[in-house]
Amino acid sequence: MERLLKFIYEYRAFFTFLFLELMCAWLIVENNQFQSSAYFNSSNRLAANVLGFSQGIREYLSLRTINNDLSQENAILRSALEKRNERIFAAQIPEIKDSLIAQRFEYIGAKVMSNSTEFYKNYITIDKGKLDGIQPGMAAISMSGAVGKVKSVSDHFAVLTSLLHTNEMVSCIVKQKEYFGTAQWDGTDSRYTQLRYIPRHANPAVGDSVITSGYNAVFPKGVLVGVIQSATLDEESPFWNIQVKLAQDFSRLSFVELVKSNLKWERDSLVQVTIGEIND
Amino acid sequence: MIRTGIVHIILFFVYVMVQVVLLKNLVLFDTAFCFLYVAFVLLLPFELSIVVMVLIGFLMGFAIDIFYNSMGLHAFATVLISYLRNKWMSVITPQGGYDSGDSPTMSANGVQWFLVYSIPLVFIHHLVLFFAEAFGFEMFWFTMLKVIGSLFFTITVILFLQFLVPQRRRI
Repeated sequence: MERLLKFIYEYRAFFTFLFLELMCAWLIVENNQFQSSAYFNSSNRLAANVLGFSQGIREYLSLRTINNDLSQENAILRSALEKRNERIFAAQIPEIKDSLIAQRFEYIGAKVMSNSTEFYKNYITIDKGKLDGIQPGMAAISMSGAVGKVKSVSDHFAVLTSLLHTNEMVSCIVKQKEYFGTAQWDGTDSRYTQLRYIPRHANPAVGDSVITSGYNAVFPKGVLVGVIQSATLDEESPFWNIQVKLAQDFSRLSFVELVKSNLKWERDSLVQVTIGEIND
Repeated sequence: MIRTGIVHIILFFVYVMVQVVLLKNLVLFDTAFCFLYVAFVLLLPFELSIVVMVLIGFLMGFAIDIFYNSMGLHAFATVLISYLRNKWMSVITPQGGYDSGDSPTMSANGVQWFLVYSIPLVFIHHLVLFFAEAFGFEMFWFTMLKVIGSLFFTITVILFLQFLVPQRRRI
């Protein structure tokens, strides 16, 4: 025993090194989980405020475009609302009585505190947290399209996994064709993402919109992800190679909306019960 | 000794702040990053033991990780180079050895020595960092491009600071 301790003491530098490296490796693996409750990320108050400071400067410089975008979104939403109102009036559709269905999704606006696009795994920090009703697993969208998913939350801040994250997968459909696949980023160009698992017999065309399918109840159905930029079919491959131009320009993201899915737990529990029955 | 300690504690925070407020937003061509905080570890005084070096490296990497949302990634790479630093330094000892109590700066040992000292360590740091982030070798050449691009960027900024800061100041 004494000899062992002596041995460890002799090589204490190496053992400290080894211990720290193993700890880091464990942290890296842990952080690759989809949802983590890690406290040591930019959702802690100090880090978020420091990052918010530099974002504040950048944002100030692009205030004009942000304002422009927002007013444009307002106009689009207003005309969409008007159209819908007219349709409801013309068809005399009664109002939906079930308040749960009428309020399936709630939206919470948030400001981006920090964002990156250059890594393989990009995260977005926002200024809303647990106290504002944000929970891990919620979807984040912007006025142009899908943005990401909440990874971890603190009281006042939250960290999202951006769509520009090589492990982030979003269930999508090609709007005009109704074929479904999965959008997953390949890590290279922040303007494009890849749409995988579209079968050979499908015929996606350049210019088709790719929207979320709503199958996993994270994103509501119909949120725009992007537009097909190129679609090629290799000789042997069972799926198309589809490159999608992202609707949201991630290099200038300043506001996002978090989607709270009120029926998610009900849906998830139903799915779980069903799968349980099949397994029995 | 105590004074050097205090100076380095302040420098620690300066490096972290510069890294996360300024350099985090400064990425050239979407591939070249500047991880200047590595210089803090490279320029620590000679006489620190490896145990202390490794612990400082961990703290530095961990602080950066918090801001980059990359749990353990920067810490892993930084601990590695802070462990290798002293070993590499003893390999490339100049004739006449080092002055004790000094830091391995450019003004103390010359440009050539400093390049030989810093380039391999920064390269290892970036190599480990980017491949650990990619979590595999799928995108080998693209990751390699990032490593080389960032190596040039980081080394340039470190050298620039070494020229800029007057003699015998330890930064």
